[in-house]
Amino acid sequence: MSDWIEACAADDIDEEDVIRFDHAGRTFALYRSPEDEFFATDGLCTHEQIHLSQGLVMGDIIECPKHNGRFNYKTGAARGAPVCVNLRTYPVKVDAGKVFVQLG
Amino acid sequence: MTVTPLARDYSLVGESARRAVESGLAAAEWYHTDIPRKQMKELMQRSDGPAIRDTAIWLGLLITFGAAGAALWGGWWCVPFFLCYGVLYGSATDSRWHECGHGTAFKTPWMNDAVYQIACFMIMRNPVTWRWSHTRHHTDTVIVGRDPEIAVMRPPDLLRVVLNFFGLLDAWHAMVDMVRNASGVIGADEKTFIPESEQPRAIRIARIWLAIYLVTIALAVYLGSWLPLMLVGLPRLYGAWHHVLTGLLQHGGLADNVTDHRLNSRTVLMNPVSRFIYWNMNYHVEHHMFPMVPYHALPRLHAMIRHDLPAPSPSLWAGYREMLPAFIRQLRNEDYFVKRELPPTARPYREEFHSETALAAE
Repeated sequence: MSDWIEACAADDIDEEDVIRFDHAGRTFALYRSPEDEFFATDGLCTHEQIHLSQGLVMGDIIECPKHNGRFNYKTGAARGAPVCVNLRTYPVKVDAGKVFVQLG
Repeated sequence: MTVTPLARDYSLVGESARRAVESGLAAAEWYHTDIPRKQMKELMQRSDGPAIRDTAIWLGLLITFGAAGAALWGGWWCVPFFLCYGVLYGSATDSRWHECGHGTAFKTPWMNDAVYQIACFMIMRNPVTWRWSHTRHHTDTVIVGRDPEIAVMRPPDLLRVVLNFFGLLDAWHAMVDMVRNASGVIGADEKTFIPESEQPRAIRIARIWLAIYLVTIALAVYLGSWLPLMLVGLPRLYGAWHHVLTGLLQHGGLADNVTDHRLNSRTVLMNPVSRFIYWNMNYHVEHHMFPMVPYHALPRLHAMIRHDLPAPSPSLWAGYREMLPAFIRQLRNEDYFVKRELPPTARPYREEFHSETALAAE
């Protein structure tokens, strides 16, 4: 199992929003849900490699900014055209106001 | 420097398509005006209210005009009612299909899906095929060989443009596509942008539509009257003119093979009736740059970024005065396009991909 990577401060992400996190040549998206929970997924849409961090978070949905493809960012599930392939998710924990991601 | 651009091949499986992929034009990163995240989030927020109001007005008027036209059928008084009905059927559905396809018109997904299906039927665009073709249109806007939705190819076929004001060629092609899909065949071009897993759905919908049209035709024959077809099908012809009038301006006469929507898209200020029919798609540069912004927020987006865009055409008339001479010049030199001046506050156009065509246009 990989180590936990410190990604950002919890306050760096607004409620019901997403930010980009780059690490070791890869890009990820970090989310803060309306229920104040934190989640992480791959950073690029599985449809056309667009950064999801520019998209819109609505409840438990992230919508891609280019073609409006939707994923459930909590499970990674694709939620309709034009996205057909699920998004990979990663475990997240918050400790002392910091967000940590376990990258596989 | 002498520039001899290669001939344009609009097939999605042809030489231009291959060159676009090789050169990096396909699926490229496009220019965006910088907008602070907080403001962008506000602009992207979804709401059911405006679209429910507009859809109620649209369907209410559609039913009213259709019923009045049918009641007055046989006399000249039905004509103005059918003219209005036709525009609401054969033109307003162009923008409803479009906005609901993006999923931005309503906040509630099933409302987007319901209006999308209704509008697709009326505008004769298979909801599966056109969802995917429009996805490609946004990935590769006016990239020759990649964009399946280029309305006016170069050199312009002006007869085709005129005929489409009456929906003639578009509806004919839509019918041919529907029959082909209904028979279980997905075309070679369609296969380039519709995933295999989605193709059976395109076929199923084509079969349902074909059945509806056959029933309508049978009813017309049974009644010995054109009335059923005046209500279903023919409005796509006699009501198409408004969506062609507004739609041609979206990209007509502007650059192709560029990755800056300010070069290949046009924003046109227009009257409130046309904006209702068109659902604010006159803010077309803004829509392409930020497709997640709902139609009702586009005027706010326009005000926020106009410092970075060419000045909008002040009217439909002004737009045509710019576009039509460009079409005429493209008959002689298909590399010509209108390169619109940016204000001093704007960042310069992206030059990476359009230097050759820009030279050819001068």
